[in-house]
Amino acid sequence: MSNDWYSDFVNSGVGRSIAGTVGLPPVPRLRRYEPGQPLLSGAALLGTATADGRVAKVVRSLLTDVGVEVHDDPHAAIGGGSSTSKVAAGIVDATGLSSPSDLAEVQAFLTPVMRRIGPSGRILVIGDVPGEATSPAVRAARRSLEGLVRSAGKEARYGATVNLLHVADGAENDLESTLRFFLSSRSAFVDGQRLDVGTVPGFSGSSQGVDWDRPLAGRTAVVTGAARGIGATVAKTLRRDGATVICVDVPAAGDALARTANDVGGSALQLDITADHAPATLLDHAGRHGGLDIVVHNAGITRDKLLANQDRDRWNSVIDVNLNAQLAINDALLASDVFHRGGRIVTVSSMAGIAGNRGQTAYGASKAGVIGMVDATAPLLVEKDATINAVAPGFIETAMTAAMPVGTREAGRRLSSMTQGGLPVDVAETIAWFAQGASYAVNGQVLRVDGQNFLGA
Amino acid sequence: MPSASPLPRRAAIVGANRIPFARSNGAYARASNQDMLTSALDGLVARFGLAGERLGEVVSGAVLKHSRDFNLTREAVLGSRLSAATPTYDLQQACGTSLQTTLQVANKIALGQIESGVASGVDTTSDAPIEVNDDLRRVLLAANRAKSTAGVLKALGGLRPGQIVPEIPANREPRTGMAMGEHAAQTAAAWGISRTAQDEITVASHRHLAEAYDRGFFDDLMTPYLGLTKDNNLRADSTLEGLAKLKPVFRPKGYPDSEATMTAANSTPLTDGAATVLLASDEWAAERNLPVLAHFVDAETAAVDYVHGDEGLLMAPTYAVPRLLERQGLTLQDFDFYEFHEAFASTILATFAAWEDPKFCKERLGLDGPLGTFDKSKLNVAGSSLATGHPFAATGARIVPTLAKLLAEKSAQEGSDTVRGLISICAAGGQGVVAILEA
Repeated sequence: MSNDWYSDFVNSGVGRSIAGTVGLPPVPRLRRYEPGQPLLSGAALLGTATADGRVAKVVRSLLTDVGVEVHDDPHAAIGGGSSTSKVAAGIVDATGLSSPSDLAEVQAFLTPVMRRIGPSGRILVIGDVPGEATSPAVRAARRSLEGLVRSAGKEARYGATVNLLHVADGAENDLESTLRFFLSSRSAFVDGQRLDVGTVPGFSGSSQGVDWDRPLAGRTAVVTGAARGIGATVAKTLRRDGATVICVDVPAAGDALARTANDVGGSALQLDITADHAPATLLDHAGRHGGLDIVVHNAGITRDKLLANQDRDRWNSVIDVNLNAQLAINDALLASDVFHRGGRIVTVSSMAGIAGNRGQTAYGASKAGVIGMVDATAPLLVEKDATINAVAPGFIETAMTAAMPVGTREAGRRLSSMTQGGLPVDVAETIAWFAQGASYAVNGQVLRVDGQNFLGA
Repeated sequence: MPSASPLPRRAAIVGANRIPFARSNGAYARASNQDMLTSALDGLVARFGLAGERLGEVVSGAVLKHSRDFNLTREAVLGSRLSAATPTYDLQQACGTSLQTTLQVANKIALGQIESGVASGVDTTSDAPIEVNDDLRRVLLAANRAKSTAGVLKALGGLRPGQIVPEIPANREPRTGMAMGEHAAQTAAAWGISRTAQDEITVASHRHLAEAYDRGFFDDLMTPYLGLTKDNNLRADSTLEGLAKLKPVFRPKGYPDSEATMTAANSTPLTDGAATVLLASDEWAAERNLPVLAHFVDAETAAVDYVHGDEGLLMAPTYAVPRLLERQGLTLQDFDFYEFHEAFASTILATFAAWEDPKFCKERLGLDGPLGTFDKSKLNVAGSSLATGHPFAATGARIVPTLAKLLAEKSAQEGSDTVRGLISICAAGGQGVVAILEA
């Protein structure tokens, strides 16, 4: 049981009946990933908006390979059922739009999909990158998809998600890990979001021969802030996916850190990441494991104060831990062979860095800064076939949120398309996907894991 | 004396973990020896990624030990994240325990009998064993032996109220009936050790420990435990003026002209804690890309007759060091660091005084001249027992990695030259263990 008593109530027998009678909003139980789970729990509908669609073929090939029943007609009867029986996914290839008028084809496909999508179903719209178009009509059409998806995300029920992929011209064969992430239950709390694939030129990599049950096998990862909370869950998730994990946290958190490290069979490094020697110490420790493939900048602090009451020391401590330490470590990674070719940097931004949050000027500044860091670092990493991406968590159920005042906590949970808080594992799954070698075409992205929280959406 | 026959190889000190030391009946009041040792081991396992690994052996011990803890180390390993196939044994040599466990593990590695091992020690003065007194014990055993109800009742009829008083372990020598502090006070008086000199040692110990914490020296030697992140005996703001105000205790018996000079500050407090050291062959460390901080060179254990032999209870290291130096062809001045366990500030000062005394060195140590003095700026530079506290059996496993890391740092700064350190630990029962490390 969670500490979300409302969710527990409306999902109990009597609670469901009362909620239904008086019109309380339901809180769906989200399907979450377990090793060996099939990619989809049922059939998929696959639509094509134009004759010039580039990605439907790739999607069909993936779905067929993993044994998913695929239908092109959104009204198709499924597995002996009717034309309205539930489906696990609806995917529309909306590439090749030539004007806003073409959007009607997307609507025509998605309308029945919205009626048929099952619990924790996946609706995925795949379009071209608006910035690659010079024609106002084409660019307008491409950009329209984002508004469609964000609105549909707020309509979809029972834990179904609606997301948008922008696929750069020529990147249509570099989508596999991304499609798998957005279709699977690994993306349970990612809703109403947009992600660009292949938009940083010069990427290189392959998804040949990947063991999709252990996509991080043979790779070594560092997770900062790994003693507890989201960081500890990230360490466990990376381990589940096959990585060897170096767990880093401040010396004062060393006992919890040791437990995490021993739980994942990794090693513990007690380190203040803001120390001058921190990047060198980190790389030195990684040398024990033969080098480094994945760095997760999860460590972060809050020193919340209204700006009117803020002081320099508190301000600086937030900027140092949340931003300067990451910049210094990234510089060292770029300059060192200990950070292997094909490496992955994943950093943690925040909803507060996108939408802002009262009392969090320092935190919000640092987390917006993280996004700037990702933007500028992404092209620098291309020569190492490496990537950097950020996850921006929304309301995630942790010890910190459990200590919030009830009103703030309930607003954080309910004012989202999922009407609930996410779990640390939702953030961890997104990080683990960014960290895959097969995610080579995903670079410079910031993905919100927030159940489409209404703040700053 | 014959010189040391070379060992096949030297054991490497790879790293360590200890929990912060806590003053008695404080932060660890409810922690048992097994709890503390298990936690210290788990921190070591995490630091070096050893979860599930079988090590050559784990050797530990405690001075204050419950009878149920006869397999203390084994129980701790079974509760730890090490492989249950890691063998263990317990060893007990009073305050010398975990320098002796280090010596035992290092020797097996040197001989090629094992490739890796953990030397450690633990003690609690808070969760101390309390026993029934001997009279009550005899009555209860007699009742247990009785074959009839009448016999049991007859045996129990021998119970008297005074027998209820339990036996509480005391820091007292069984053969002299004197507290360790009383012994130390006699030695201090015999060597004319001043109160000020003792307080200077004390202030330096606290200052050095505080500096070591400030520069992150213990970040990879320690893991927090039960809310403590530092040794809670540390008084970083300790001053000579402040210490001078403390009331001295232990007027030295048999020295009517000498004042009491020992205080609660210049004597170690009762302390709880556990410490572990990871030792290995160079090959074992290299296979895992693990660092080698220093190597264990040699060690010597001495004992003195403090009961009838007119020698101080804690003076055995004074005898052990010259024997070790001679075997290694070294002089007292040949070291970059000196790590002397500060049981009492007066103890190490008496040892230093004895080494400068020609008569003592000739008559007691059999030397041609004084062993001499050494540069005291190299003494206990990261603090020692007066500041950290002294969980008896854990002190050696605190000192060994402290010295090994100091040597590794100095070696890294100075390049290829060998750097060397000396460890000295006195122990109850008139014993002492000393050792040399090199990097």
